[in-house]
Amino acid sequence: MLTSRKISFLCTVTMGLGLVAAVAQNAGISSGYPTPKNDFTYAEQRGNGLYLRYCVGCHGVLGDGEGENAAYIDPKPRNFTLGQFKCRSTPTGTLPTNEDLIETLKRGITSSNMPSWRPLSDQDREDLVAYVKTFSPRWKTEKPGAVIHIPPKPQVTPQRVKAGQALFHKLECWKCHGVEGRGNGPSADTLQDSQNRPIQAFNFHDESRFKCGTSDQDLYRIFMTGLDGTPMPSFADNVKPDEAWDLVFYLRTLQPMNTTEKQIAKQLGLKPINPEAAPAAPLQPQPEQLQQQTQPQQHTR
Amino acid sequence: MTSSSRESFVSTLLLAFLLVPSAKDASAIPAFARKYGLPCSACHEAWPKLNSFGQTFKDNGYQLMNDRDAPVWQNPSYWPMTMRVTPHWHYESQGRQTVDSIPGDKTSPPIEKTINTSGFDLTGIDILTGGTLAKNISFLLVPSIDPGTGTVGFESANIRLDNIHGSAWLNFKFGKEELDLPLSEKRIMTLSNVGGAYELYHFVPVGEPNEFFSFGENQLGVELMGHSLNDHTRYAFSFISSTNGALGLPGGRTYDYYAHVSQGFMAGKLGLQRVGAYGITGFNPTVFLTSAGVPIPGTGRRNRSFYRVGVYGNLYLGRLDFTGVYQRASDNVFIANAVAAGAPLPVGAQGPQWNTGTLEAHFTYSPRLFFIGRYELVRMAKQVLATNPGDLGNTDVVTVGYRYYPFMHSRAGFAWHQEYATMRLKGTSSTGLNQRNSSYFMGFDFAF
Repeated sequence: MLTSRKISFLCTVTMGLGLVAAVAQNAGISSGYPTPKNDFTYAEQRGNGLYLRYCVGCHGVLGDGEGENAAYIDPKPRNFTLGQFKCRSTPTGTLPTNEDLIETLKRGITSSNMPSWRPLSDQDREDLVAYVKTFSPRWKTEKPGAVIHIPPKPQVTPQRVKAGQALFHKLECWKCHGVEGRGNGPSADTLQDSQNRPIQAFNFHDESRFKCGTSDQDLYRIFMTGLDGTPMPSFADNVKPDEAWDLVFYLRTLQPMNTTEKQIAKQLGLKPINPEAAPAAPLQPQPEQLQQQTQPQQHTR
Repeated sequence: MTSSSRESFVSTLLLAFLLVPSAKDASAIPAFARKYGLPCSACHEAWPKLNSFGQTFKDNGYQLMNDRDAPVWQNPSYWPMTMRVTPHWHYESQGRQTVDSIPGDKTSPPIEKTINTSGFDLTGIDILTGGTLAKNISFLLVPSIDPGTGTVGFESANIRLDNIHGSAWLNFKFGKEELDLPLSEKRIMTLSNVGGAYELYHFVPVGEPNEFFSFGENQLGVELMGHSLNDHTRYAFSFISSTNGALGLPGGRTYDYYAHVSQGFMAGKLGLQRVGAYGITGFNPTVFLTSAGVPIPGTGRRNRSFYRVGVYGNLYLGRLDFTGVYQRASDNVFIANAVAAGAPLPVGAQGPQWNTGTLEAHFTYSPRLFFIGRYELVRMAKQVLATNPGDLGNTDVVTVGYRYYPFMHSRAGFAWHQEYATMRLKGTSSTGLNQRNSSYFMGFDFAF
C-alpha cells in the first residue's frame, strides 16, 4: 500500500515530468508556435505567433487561403502568397500600405467570415501585418503604391445624383450590378475572381456597408483603386474626381439607409436606367433648385 | 465556538468542494470554433480563459459581428453543441477531521485524524449548447450530468437580446446565467477540489449554518449589460431571485442586485489592462412557514441582508497576467446565527464581516502551455460570535498548476492538466487547531 508520503512524492515527480515534457514539446517557440527565426524580424516572429493563434484556421499555415476551414467558407479566405488585396488606398495593381491592411483588420470584411479584429492591440495588428507580408515575394521587390488623393466631398445636388446615374449607365456598371444595383446584371452569373472562383457582384439594396468601408470616401476610393483580384476594375483613368463623387451620390440612392441622396432621388422621381437607351444627359440646374440645394449631411445607417 | 458548528463548517466546505468540479460550464465551446472556423486560441488565452477577442465575442452575444452570425449561414448539419468531461486521478488530504476512535463505534471518543484518499475519477459531464437563434438573439443552454448519480441539472439556460437598437450598450439576458464576475468561476483554470473554486465567492464564516449564497454560481434572473465597441468599457447590472440559482423557488420572494463596471485601456506592447468594481446586495429569509414542523419551500420571510463589494485589477505584462481582487463581505447577524429575525440572539452574536484577497497569475508560455498560480486569503474582521477567536476561520489557499494542449484547432479542445492546491484554515478543527486540506489533480480535460 502506498503511504501518503510516497503518494506525495509520486505526485511531485509526475507533475515535474509532465511539466518537462510539455516544455520540451514547446521548446524554441515564440507566441506559442514554432517560429522560424532565420531572417524574420522581431515583429514578424511575433506576428507569426499571432497569425497561428487567430488566422491560421482560414488563411492556412502557408498563407495560401487553404486553412482547415477554407473548404466551408464562401467567399474564400485571401491567398496572401499572391500579394493581392482588395482594400487599398493605392492604385490598382500596386501593393497596399500597412495602414490599409491594418484598417482591414480593424474593420473586418462584411459579407464574409472575416471578423473585425478591433479587440487586438495596435501592436498586435502591426505585427500581424508584418508577418502577412512575408508570404508573398512581392513585398521584397515592390513598394506600396502612392496613396490616391480624395478631394473634399462636394455638396450633393439633384444634378449630381442624376449625373451619377448617367455615369452608372455609361460605365456599364449595370452589367454586373444590375440596373437597380441589385447585383443581378446580365454578367453577374459569369463573374469570377482572379483564381477562377465564382464571385458575386455587390447588391446595393441589401448592404449598408462595403467590403472596404462604410463612408462616402471609402466608396469613392473603391472606384478609383478597384478591388484587385475581383472583376471590379479601377476607374481612375476613366472617371474624373468630380464625376466619381457624382457616382457616389447616385449609389447612395440605391442603399437601404435613409440618405440625403435617397430623398433627392425620391423628389426627382428617379427611375432605374434603361440599358437600351442612351445615357441621359446631366440635369441642368434651375435657379430655384440651386436655392434648395441640400447641404451635405451625415448618412443615417 | 462549539464542536458541532466547526463540524458543520467543515462539512459545508467539503460539500462545496465535492460539488464544484461538476459545476464548470460555459467554459470552452468548440461549437463556436467550428461555426466560425477559428482555432480555440482565437478566443481563449488558453481555454477556458478568454482573451480580449473572446470576451468581445461573448459580450456581442456569441457573435463575431461579421454578417455570418445568424444560423442561416451555417451548414444545416451544424449542431451547436459541445461536451466537456475530465477523467482524472486525484489525491485528497483533509487534515484534523473528527472521527470515532474505534471505527463503527459511535460511542467511542472522537479523535482528530488526517484523511487521505486517492483514485481515478470523473468530473461531471457538461453539455454546452449555445449560439444564435437569429442575428442578435443568442442563447446558452448547459445541461450538466452529475457523475455520481447520473442526474441532469441545468447549469445555464438563458436567452439574450443583443445590441438592442443597434447599440452595444444595450443587451438584455433572461434566465439562468453566470453573473458578470471579475473572475469567472465557470472558466476557472483550476480543477482540483481545493483549488477549483474561489474563496471569493464561497467562503462561509465559521458558525454560519450553510452557504446560503455564492455568487460564483449561476443565478436566476435578468441582466442588462453593455460595452463599448472595443469592449474596453463594460457594465453589467443583474436582478436575480434570492435563491442562489436553485430552481423551484425554494426561498423567499426577495431579489438580489448585482452591478459591475470596468474600464480597460491599452498599455502599448504590454496589452490590455483593466480595472473594475463590483457589488452585490441581497436578502435571505431567516424563517419559513412550516407544516408539521417542516419548512414550506417558497415561504421564506423576515428577510435579512448581506453584501459583497470589491475592486480589482487585471494587468497584462505581455504573456504574464495578474488579477488581483479585494472584496469586503458581510452577513446580517440573524442570517449568520440562523436565528429568526426578531428572536433572541445568542450571547455575543454579531453580523460577521470579512475581507478576501485573491491574486491570480498566469503565464501563457504559448496557447499550448499555460501556467497558473493563485493565492487567496480570507481574514475575518468580525466573527459570528464575539467570543470566537478573532482569527477563527482565516483561510489561506495556494494553487499552482499548468495545462498543456497538444494541439489547437477548431474542432476540439484537449488538455493535460496537473495541479496542486493546499488550504490552511485557522482554528477550525474540533479541538481548535488549524486544519490543512490539500489536493492534487492530474488528468485529461477535453471538449468536442
